[in-house]
Amino acid sequence: MGGSMFVAPEINYTALLPMIIVFVGGLVGVTVEGFASRRTRYAVQVPLSVATLVLALLALVLLGRDNEGITAAGTVAVDGVTLALQGLVLVLSVLGLLVMSERFGGEQPDAFTQSGVSTPGSAEETLATKVGATTTEVYPLTLMSVGGMMLFVAANDLILLFVALEILSLPLYVLAGLARRRRLLSQEASLKYFLLGSFSSAFYLFGAVLLYGYAGSTRFSDIAAAISSNVGMDGLLVPGVLLVAVGLLFKVGAVPFHAWTPDVYQGAPTPVTGFMAACTKVAAFGAMLRVLYVAVEGARLEWQPVIAVVAALSMVVGALLAIVQTDVKRILAYSSIAHAGFILTGVVALDVAGVSSTMFYLATYGFMTIPAFAIVALVRSAGTEATLVDQWAGLGRRSPWIAASFTFLLMAFAGIPLTSGFTGKFAVFSAAVSQGWAWLAVVGVLASAVTAYIYFVLVVQMWLGDPGDAPGTVVVRPSWMTSFAILVGVAITLALGVMPSPVLDLAQSTAAFLR
Amino acid sequence: MSFPWLTTLLVLPLVGALVVSLLPKGSTIVRPVALGVALLTLVVGIGAATQFRIGGGTAGEPFQLTEVYSWIPQFGVSYALGVDGISLSMILLGLVLVPICIVAAWDDVPAVGRRQHAYFALMLALTSMMVGVFAAIDVFLFYVFFEAMLIPVYFLIGVFGGSRRARAATSFLLYSLAGGLIMLVAVIGVYLAGPRGTDGFLLSNLTGMDLSVEAGRWLFVGFFIAFAIKAPMWPVHTWLPLAAEQARPATSVLLVGVLDKVGTYGMIRFCLTLFPEASQWATPVVLALALVSLFVGAFLAIGQTDMLRLISYTSISHFGFIVLGIFAFTTVSQTGATLYMVNHGFTTAGLFLVAGMLIVRRGSRDLRDFGGWQRVTPLVAGALFVSGMSGLALPGLNSFVSEFLVIVGTFGRHPWIAVISAIGVILAAVYILVMYQKVATGPRPAGPEVEDVTDMSGREKWVVAPIIAAFLVLGFYPKPVLDLLEPAVQQTLQTVGISDPAPAVDTAANHSTEGSDH
Repeated sequence: MGGSMFVAPEINYTALLPMIIVFVGGLVGVTVEGFASRRTRYAVQVPLSVATLVLALLALVLLGRDNEGITAAGTVAVDGVTLALQGLVLVLSVLGLLVMSERFGGEQPDAFTQSGVSTPGSAEETLATKVGATTTEVYPLTLMSVGGMMLFVAANDLILLFVALEILSLPLYVLAGLARRRRLLSQEASLKYFLLGSFSSAFYLFGAVLLYGYAGSTRFSDIAAAISSNVGMDGLLVPGVLLVAVGLLFKVGAVPFHAWTPDVYQGAPTPVTGFMAACTKVAAFGAMLRVLYVAVEGARLEWQPVIAVVAALSMVVGALLAIVQTDVKRILAYSSIAHAGFILTGVVALDVAGVSSTMFYLATYGFMTIPAFAIVALVRSAGTEATLVDQWAGLGRRSPWIAASFTFLLMAFAGIPLTSGFTGKFAVFSAAVSQGWAWLAVVGVLASAVTAYIYFVLVVQMWLGDPGDAPGTVVVRPSWMTSFAILVGVAITLALGVMPSPVLDLAQSTAAFLR
Repeated sequence: MSFPWLTTLLVLPLVGALVVSLLPKGSTIVRPVALGVALLTLVVGIGAATQFRIGGGTAGEPFQLTEVYSWIPQFGVSYALGVDGISLSMILLGLVLVPICIVAAWDDVPAVGRRQHAYFALMLALTSMMVGVFAAIDVFLFYVFFEAMLIPVYFLIGVFGGSRRARAATSFLLYSLAGGLIMLVAVIGVYLAGPRGTDGFLLSNLTGMDLSVEAGRWLFVGFFIAFAIKAPMWPVHTWLPLAAEQARPATSVLLVGVLDKVGTYGMIRFCLTLFPEASQWATPVVLALALVSLFVGAFLAIGQTDMLRLISYTSISHFGFIVLGIFAFTTVSQTGATLYMVNHGFTTAGLFLVAGMLIVRRGSRDLRDFGGWQRVTPLVAGALFVSGMSGLALPGLNSFVSEFLVIVGTFGRHPWIAVISAIGVILAAVYILVMYQKVATGPRPAGPEVEDVTDMSGREKWVVAPIIAAFLVLGFYPKPVLDLLEPAVQQTLQTVGISDPAPAVDTAANHSTEGSDH
């Protein structure tokens, strides 16, 4: 028993710089909330947060690859996968933030309530509206969440992973409850998300404890070493792995941990839904890849079949439940469950193609989801969002460009060739088939056909539907911010369908984990 | 590098579609521009055909006019185009039919405006997909076109079709998509079974690969289901009558006359070439399905009162013949089947378009609303009669040659099947003649519905004339087309590894010796 001396861990701050920039930007944003006047806050916060994200992206691109390594006492791994996914989160959150900032010519962000703390319909709310209160705290909240996501994909330690999970989740719980219209629905969504999220965090923690008991460490490398030296306490290992997986599967909304998804997607402010759907998926799958591929790869015989079944269930249940939905946001929510299943198909492959195809799919999904929800936010009836499918009838005749964009995005969701959705599906399915998971790919294509049905119901409604004498649904004219996000999303969706080579190259060249 | 004929054929209509859709809103030149693009594409297509050397392919290098570029090397995908006799004839069929259809569809969307732009732009986009799907010699690229071409058809049916168009378009799309997605797994499987690498999807790299028996059969099934839905064969044919009934006749022509041939074409190009062992293993089942399609199609056609449904059921019956010819595995039967693919395109065009002319005049698709129309519109009725005769394979018209070759060729291997299939010829006479009788014969109808009806207009004559000319030319002098098809068929059979049973009627060989000095 030797005397242990505390040695300060070496920290490569350059490698962590992108995360540091985002967190600092978030803190500055909080300060701005405290000191800037109501009128100027929006004008300060928007450029501040966008600049923070862009700066972090620059730091990532310029410094990232030269500073790869495991740092901070083995708890943070900055490798190709980390950098690729962090970059993706940053780019997606710029788009997401622009959509959130849409004002439609008003004084404050249109999607958010002016007073989140007041009871819906109360005198306080009326007063807040009257004095022109704003909810610009969404900007620091978003930055904090983005920071958490970046840490989540880099975490190489179960404890840090948990911390990152909470950093990314807590702001999202708040954001989900800040919708301006249908506030009760929004608050319900927020509470549900919070309660179920805490529940899943508890599962995760219990799993982490079991793994600690098994390996005597929370470092991924130590867990991997313990598994390969076969210490023989499978009673701790297997439940530990599965419970940790539950926490992560909850975040991606995989069946049977999906129950929160439709309600939260529907209740949250639509731009937040888009941001959450795209970025949380990236972060959670990134973390899942690292846990499964780095820490517990040796126990693959235990978890691979479980993940495969979860993937199949997610695809089938997501697809089947999507076809009975009548609300556009809920359709997209169930489709996101199905997409989680498709992505898991890539995760199951457990080889380098599994990593690269998963990352590629995440990129395609992110760039089609944010513009899709941005478009949902534009379709209004009597001032509020018209999210019922019936309300979209005949949209193609009145707003052909918006309807055409949405149609194109739906085709990408459906996986029609020459859209990114097809390339992504092809990537994950071929990764799965090449590792002997052909049955999963068969389930996947059948589920794709089912989801295609509901997407085309929407398309039919937009182009062929008869609006009848229902109150007029209109498409509000977006500012450049939303237009830019939609345009970029559609362009990338097309580009990744027609010319995916450069991005596939990038995904392949960054698909190796540092262990 | 020689002139990229096939890429030009692919890009030209697509650019045309873009131009048409970007013409200013009140533009009145949408239709002339669309027609001009279609004709120009046809001219380029003929130009491409002149560069094609008949019999120039070999079993190892069966394709000509090839263009191969790396597209997605990470997946092993190439942008690879090339044609042999079969695919060239299908492309030319399509390119001939598109301008005819555009003229036929001239007044489908009479009002100047966005709808008209969209209609003709979609037709041109479809032309491009059509060229791509037949010219692709990379399995992945083929799949891309196979799925992508659903979208223009979906909108052509769904936006411009009849009262139940939404249902028709959706069922068409879902059937095709489901089949296509099953094929996607097989497409992935083929790549993994092959040599892989950056050009692992090239057909030439996949032909003759060493598959395990079991894998080959699974993959065959994956491809075959998609093609059977497309063709369409019983029991996955139910989408076609609905689609054909709801679509505009011009759309139906392109759909049934050209695009559904992707099914039978795919059987030859992919099922047979890539999985020879599995193809022979599946032959009994496929032949049985072909016979069932042949008879189910014919019987249901006899029972129809809706003109467009009737025509679509005749097509199901004819597709039965084509599949029969393919899976009888003789040079004669396959040459007949591939010729049938061309002929059926023209026959269907004649039937659908003339039926469309009648429907516009009467305002009904129901046979019971007609009667005596040879006295109202003698020319239209006459065109229906000639198209019908082509449909029932009257000697001297196009279909006769191909149907005869299929039956004779099949007889050499499966005499009984050939005999049974010949009954289908009799049934064809029934459904065609019954239709003609109900539409055209009888006393002149007296009601107000025929008062202002005029006979065939000048535009409609331009639609019908080339089709009837094709009937006659292909009926009396099919040799050039046979010369084009036969070497490709022989290569296919060589790849499959089957030789003809006994020296049967070797018409085709005689043709090719004479054909060298034309």
